[in-house]
Amino acid sequence: MPRTREQLAERAAKELQDGFYVNLGIGIPTLVANYIPDGMEVTLQSENGMLGMGPFPYEDEVDPDLINAGKQTISEIPETSYFSSADSFAMIRGGHINLSILGAMEVAENGDIANWMIPGKLVKGMGGAMDLVAGVKRVVVVMDHANKHGQSKVLKACTLPLTGTGVVSRIITDLCVFDVKPDGAGLELIELADGVTLEEVAAKTEASYTISEKLKSLA
Amino acid sequence: MRKLYPDAKSALEGLTFDGMTVMAGGFGLCGIPENLIAALRDSGTKGMTVISNNAGVDGFGLGQLLETRQIKKMISSYVGENKEFERQYLAGELELEFNPQGTLAERIRAGGAGIPAFFTATGVGTLVAEGKEVRNFDGRDYVMETGLVADLSIVKAWKADERGNLMFRKTARNFNPMMATAGKACVVEVEEIVPTGSLDPDQIHTPGIYVDRLIKGTFEKRIEQRTVRTRESA
Repeated sequence: MPRTREQLAERAAKELQDGFYVNLGIGIPTLVANYIPDGMEVTLQSENGMLGMGPFPYEDEVDPDLINAGKQTISEIPETSYFSSADSFAMIRGGHINLSILGAMEVAENGDIANWMIPGKLVKGMGGAMDLVAGVKRVVVVMDHANKHGQSKVLKACTLPLTGTGVVSRIITDLCVFDVKPDGAGLELIELADGVTLEEVAAKTEASYTISEKLKSLA
Repeated sequence: MRKLYPDAKSALEGLTFDGMTVMAGGFGLCGIPENLIAALRDSGTKGMTVISNNAGVDGFGLGQLLETRQIKKMISSYVGENKEFERQYLAGELELEFNPQGTLAERIRAGGAGIPAFFTATGVGTLVAEGKEVRNFDGRDYVMETGLVADLSIVKAWKADERGNLMFRKTARNFNPMMATAGKACVVEVEEIVPTGSLDPDQIHTPGIYVDRLIKGTFEKRIEQRTVRTRESA
């Protein structure tokens, strides 16, 4: 059974570690915040100028001066700090953020990612995505394995304009998890979602990949 | 008291001209200089290049200057919330330069700090790097980006004293502090002007040296995405 959106977020939350500073993208990545294990100290960064992002506010606490990078109203928590956009991206570009979890339209086996532009369609802009993939220590992509036309989004090479080159470390899809090996060494399949077979992944993946020893021993 | 002006219109007098470049603070509709944008519209200034992370929404924020066709070109990182923008762009009536958000912030910071250019890994190998110098430092490629300055920066802060020392509030700070440093003239609107000496000097976010003119504004503070949670009943 392919993972649901909630199950994808729950799986992505396993990438978190105690003490991490994390930037979550819009969409499924935002849901990861709901699965931070109790007792684990994880600080969320919002690139419009906030560390220590709290949940949505109660109706009587809504503050137009307090929004996240998706322009949604949010709340502050005891450890919150605020800063300018220049400081925010210094933090990102300077490698101080441990992990970025974000969505993608395409990811290639060398770690290239495309998630901001479809030629011929109206382009809204890259926002902070190019800075995040270039600057954050570890970039994990969470996405559906195939697009709505059923085509693989895990590719030998991206076809869409890139957001960054060789920057993705791990790909979590509704079917499986790939590690992107360093220095262009390609993909390794390391996990299958419950009930998903090696054959199904093989049939639905355009990129080439190896299979981890652990997965082979289970098969 | 030299920096204090009675209203937005008088604060822009002598600072606007056709074809000028304007920086406008804010992220989405959060921390935008509402009063000065409206006054810029009323000034009738045409052919402006506007540097701002976003382009407002239809009828509010920079959307007001788009409706009146006063903007020739936008330099932004994300412009997804504006139908009139979309229409003008697709009709070829509006120029658009996308910058990655962090590159945009740093270009403005650099401009204000007298740094003509810098190298960043952001955008290497993408459309953003096309036509720009790429140089390798310690085994990694970086693209050269230039500093940005403007003829005028319009800024929204929370509080100011009469000498133009500024404090911002929560995420309404965003691009405002850098833009205050990068305009040949900088006009600021605030919610409250307090007597000089009543702000804690250790808590000033932007020192008054960057601020040329100052007004107390009135604010609508429109919200783009009102998201809330409900209290669980006890």
